[in-house]
Amino acid sequence: MSDGALAASAVPPAAGGWRSRWRRGYLQSEAIRGWCLSLPALSFVVAALAVPLALLVLFSFWTQDYVTLDTDLTLANYEKIAQRTIYLTVFLRSVLIAGLVTLLTVLLAYPLAYYVAFDVSRHKMVWLVLITLPFWTSYLLRVFAWKIILGYDGVVNSGLAWLGLIDEPLSFLLYNPFAVVLTLAHAWAAFAILPIYVSLEKIDRSLLEAATDLGDGPLRRFWRVTFPLSMPGVIAAAIVIFIPTVGDYVTPTLVGGPSGLMIANLIQTQFSKANDWPLGAALSIASMLTVTLIACLFVWFSKRATARIA
Amino acid sequence: MSSISRQGRGFRAGYAFLYLAFLYVPVLFLPLFSFNESIYIAFPIEGWTVRWYGTLLEDERLHEALRNSLEIALISSTLATGLAIFAAKAFTRYRYRGQRPTLGVVMLPMVLPEIIVGVSLLILLNQIGLGLGTHSVVIGHTLICLPFAIAVLMSRMEGFDRNLEEASLDLGEGAVATFFRVTLPLILPGVVASLLLTFTISFDEFIIAFFLSATDTTLPVFIWSQLRFPQRLPTVLALGACILVVSAVLVVAAEWIRRRGQVRAGPGMWS
Repeated sequence: MSDGALAASAVPPAAGGWRSRWRRGYLQSEAIRGWCLSLPALSFVVAALAVPLALLVLFSFWTQDYVTLDTDLTLANYEKIAQRTIYLTVFLRSVLIAGLVTLLTVLLAYPLAYYVAFDVSRHKMVWLVLITLPFWTSYLLRVFAWKIILGYDGVVNSGLAWLGLIDEPLSFLLYNPFAVVLTLAHAWAAFAILPIYVSLEKIDRSLLEAATDLGDGPLRRFWRVTFPLSMPGVIAAAIVIFIPTVGDYVTPTLVGGPSGLMIANLIQTQFSKANDWPLGAALSIASMLTVTLIACLFVWFSKRATARIA
Repeated sequence: MSSISRQGRGFRAGYAFLYLAFLYVPVLFLPLFSFNESIYIAFPIEGWTVRWYGTLLEDERLHEALRNSLEIALISSTLATGLAIFAAKAFTRYRYRGQRPTLGVVMLPMVLPEIIVGVSLLILLNQIGLGLGTHSVVIGHTLICLPFAIAVLMSRMEGFDRNLEEASLDLGEGAVATFFRVTLPLILPGVVASLLLTFTISFDEFIIAFFLSATDTTLPVFIWSQLRFPQRLPTVLALGACILVVSAVLVVAAEWIRRRGQVRAGPGMWS
């Protein structure tokens, strides 16, 4: 290899063939090197994500009659989604559940992130591993754990009955939107803690001392210095939780019951039992657009709000 | 820090421990009830047994699903990490037009609901007649693993001195030799961490495999199919307990290797 490099550098530029010219160009231009190195990953994502997404959009304008696919472009699927109240109800519910999960998770995570960033000095790493560990273990099993905890014959009911605190099992625990919110808030906790922790950790401690020296009490200092500076972490956490939870399938299916059904259940039905792929595609596109719109609005509003406080 | 920041510290510490309990207690019910004699997951525990772990060893379909999952996770993590090594080098070492949009595109799978990834791949593979099975799950998993691999490797590559690579090139090594003799050894802990993390992501992933695996059932899809049968639940719990332990070991190992690598490549070694 090194022989080759020496030979290449020894050859005068004019006499070099296309190979050595290519080689010099490669080593000199950052753009060529950058593109060459990122091209495999980029083309993979284009082939495995961009092309399928484009096809998904196309599919949503087609229609299906049992097994035959009609490739005439039509808005029929979107009209169906707009007209039937079940779709609107489930869309709205999914957004509300995901919003509630996001709010709850961020609120619960913030004090913990604050504790690890400001109060823990020696064993930060241990805390971070402890927080992320449950997240890396099977998502399916973490959700299922809540089903066995909240179920009619589950851990809570049988435990309370065993202790003699209740005579009949509590039936309101499982199969409703609140079970979904609780389960998701548990499953996504690490996603909220980490970004908030990182942005708190980055805060220059002398800014806090300056605020104190200038007469701010702890609460005022938190509200005017710490909180606005941690906002990028809060926004990142909210986005990273909101987007996947809107489209979650496992949790509503296992603990949601009929009143806790979400978008993903509707989509899945179209691709299996109902066997209407174009409608499923339209539902996917509609939910993706809704989620993206809400996420963008949220980022815009929270940035403006932060600018006003700080 | 000033004394003022210490206010409320005890309260926050108490809260932190409560939060950890909230994170861990629900998950720990799985291993607890996997040792329960009764097939009903309820208190009081009737007696202790390891019988359910025995049934794990006998279930052929479970073994088949485990083999599929291991194969898919192995291939996906290798592919994702391989693609990510080059991409991360492009994103950290060079500055060029189109770099930020490229980074945006390859990180996109991280912020898309996984069901969308599954559904859109399902439609594509069906249309071009590639069919479903292990290969389609590998494509989906490589896609969702890629952003994680790139993130791990980028942070690793930002951590070491790019002059080392320049020196190698100046001393006459070619680009390829420099990569194998300088860059790769330095980022090796990042590569191992990326392999372990993406392996875990693929191994645990459910919804994409649910749409794309067809008859090549993966372990999570197998577990999903078992959840409907109450008499199968204790075996699922035993399986879950095993998965919890193995995942935990892998993640701690990945973190340990990554940290150790950072310490060794730190300024102390080169100054």
